[in-house]
Amino acid sequence: MFENLTERLENVFKELRRRGKLSEVDVDVAMREVRLALLEADVNYAVVKDFVARVRQRSIGAEVSKALNPGQQVIKIVHEELIATLGQPDRLNLAGPKPRVLMLVGLQGAGKTTAAGKIGRLLRKQGERVMLVACDPYRPAAVKQLQTLGDKLDIPVAYEQGVPPPEMAWRAFDKAQKGGYSVLILDTAGRSQLDDALMKELKAIASRVQVADTLLVVDSMIGQEAVNIAKGFRDSVSLSGLILTKMDGDSRGGAAISIRSVTGVPIKFLATGEGLDAIEIYDPARLASRILGMGDVIGLIEKAETAFDQKEAEKQAQKLMSGDFSLQDFADQLRQLRKMGPLGQLLEMLPGQLGQMAKSVSPQEAEQQLKLTEAIINSMTAEERRRPDILNASRRRRIARGSGTDVQDVNRLMKQFREMQKMMKTIKKTGGRGLPRLFGM
Amino acid sequence: MANIFTQWKEGLARTSKAAFGQIATLLGATEISDETWDDLEAIMIQADLGVDTTQDMLFALDERTRREGIIFAKDLRAALKDELRRRLDSPPPLVFSQKPTVILIVGVNGSGKTTTIAKLGKRFTRQGYSVLLGAADTFRAAAVEQLETWAGRLNLPVISGQMGGDSAAVAFDSVQAAITRKTDILLIDTAGRLHTRFNLMEELKKVHRVVGKALPGAPHQVWLVMDATTGQNALQQARAFKEAVKVTGVILAKLDSSARGGMAFAIQKELGLPILFAGLGEKPDDLQPFDPDGFVAGVLE
Repeated sequence: MFENLTERLENVFKELRRRGKLSEVDVDVAMREVRLALLEADVNYAVVKDFVARVRQRSIGAEVSKALNPGQQVIKIVHEELIATLGQPDRLNLAGPKPRVLMLVGLQGAGKTTAAGKIGRLLRKQGERVMLVACDPYRPAAVKQLQTLGDKLDIPVAYEQGVPPPEMAWRAFDKAQKGGYSVLILDTAGRSQLDDALMKELKAIASRVQVADTLLVVDSMIGQEAVNIAKGFRDSVSLSGLILTKMDGDSRGGAAISIRSVTGVPIKFLATGEGLDAIEIYDPARLASRILGMGDVIGLIEKAETAFDQKEAEKQAQKLMSGDFSLQDFADQLRQLRKMGPLGQLLEMLPGQLGQMAKSVSPQEAEQQLKLTEAIINSMTAEERRRPDILNASRRRRIARGSGTDVQDVNRLMKQFREMQKMMKTIKKTGGRGLPRLFGM
Repeated sequence: MANIFTQWKEGLARTSKAAFGQIATLLGATEISDETWDDLEAIMIQADLGVDTTQDMLFALDERTRREGIIFAKDLRAALKDELRRRLDSPPPLVFSQKPTVILIVGVNGSGKTTTIAKLGKRFTRQGYSVLLGAADTFRAAAVEQLETWAGRLNLPVISGQMGGDSAAVAFDSVQAAITRKTDILLIDTAGRLHTRFNLMEELKKVHRVVGKALPGAPHQVWLVMDATTGQNALQQARAFKEAVKVTGVILAKLDSSARGGMAFAIQKELGLPILFAGLGEKPDDLQPFDPDGFVAGVLE
């Protein structure tokens, strides 16, 4: 689909070998690409215009650092400016007298009810006593949906049939106060910001109970209207935070920029999957990369960091570089990789072309392949793992039998391993140059 | 025809109010200038037409301006409308010649599948067809209840599964029930899923396959329900669902919101998928056959 911005700018600046300052002409050419990238990411037209003007200003005359080429220099400025616009993540407002009321608002289908469950779970884990309140009597079975989530999480859900939402909120507040609850989460009905009657209802809720945090829940796949929707909600209730949902899709999420620019409210959470634990604190740098179509490289690195034992990883890396890399090390690496989570999810985080390629790979097959490889290595003796050269036909047959595979599978693995060793030796010789290109940076 | 157009106008009234006269102000009695082109670009991008379609449109309009000797901005209006209209097909007539005709409804989370099914059920019933609903979204909390509530309100029969049960099994059962009951149209609701989730898309393929086992040739139609507020990701969505389960048409839900649904152009062009219906409100009657003229007017107003 889209080439990522890095590739595009590198194309633009291909001819440009000289170093020094970025000229006005260079910058204007680059800004055309930046503008397109942002529009393709669904950042609002007017917001893009302002943004590009700002970046242009900063870029003209900017010194191109020794480590970067002009394209990378522009990317760096764009990235920094995006991060600044996105702002720092913010926590929920849990100050003031208990119970603190959180209210979730947004369009139909944005993901409010699911988000209510996820936040409830998160806060309970942090030691809060949480109650959910069903304030959507309109959509069929919306109440039931919240109750089902409540049951699953073992969090009580307040609801009384026939009670209008503002009154419902107040009754739940009263009950929560008496019952010693610390947080109340109001799940309101989905509504268009143009629906006067329903927007009045939100105001009415906010006038009956004191809301500590009003969170706008927005589908990350949303297009240009994000700006008007955010304005509409901001004008009716005082928004204090933003939740972007369905972030596990492949939308670029430019709406985050639009909404931040217009409302200035901080982004508090990203919802990233169907499970009730799939909610994250957002990271501006990662989101900025995603909006630029550069993939979630940092996310990938972070995942690797948390799963890998740092010391172990360093030892491995050294062994790798020295060319003294045995099958035992290979098996250890595979185990580490598996710890990072389902392979499919990792593949999806890869940027640009790599990410596209990864989509065509069946995670099941890849997972299966991994298991097979592990099984083969596990069927070898310690000696064989250290010195694969001793693997003769009879040993290979035994290993195949032991791992439930064919001799061909064993042979294939050995071939792959040899190639890997060879590659490592080459890298060692070239000092690792060209490796970062793998990540499109 | 006039009647349909009125319904569209009413449905889009709120939308139009928000942006009324935008195009009239922009394309005034002045001569066409660089600014005119910038304004046109802004209108189209902000209607979610996307960069490619917008550039293609600007190119076509530029050429037309030269060819027809258009000088004033206001005269661009008709050309703009015409160029947009040309890029949309009228929805093909729907014939339900198979009995039962099985229609599988798919889409991402929160796009409006269940509500759309209720509206379709009402519409087809009024047209004299017998309708059965299959509640095969066994994943999302209370999704089955949501469809059952609608079925109760509209007095439509529904085959339901257990939450957490096998979606394909429910689909299979509902096809068999439709055959036994000699139902004209079976509408099967499926769980919302992001098109990037490999496993969930595999599950959807399985539902599709199993429906075909229960009745060879089924599903006869696969309709993708899409939220009209969706931006550029719409094309990726449509492409992925089309590849997975051979989508035959698109329904634009929530077109009564302030969004203009401009990604319909790219979906039509890139994937050749017709837009069949549009959701213009929350009431069961608010689903209308897609009207390209009304839609284009909505994009521009």
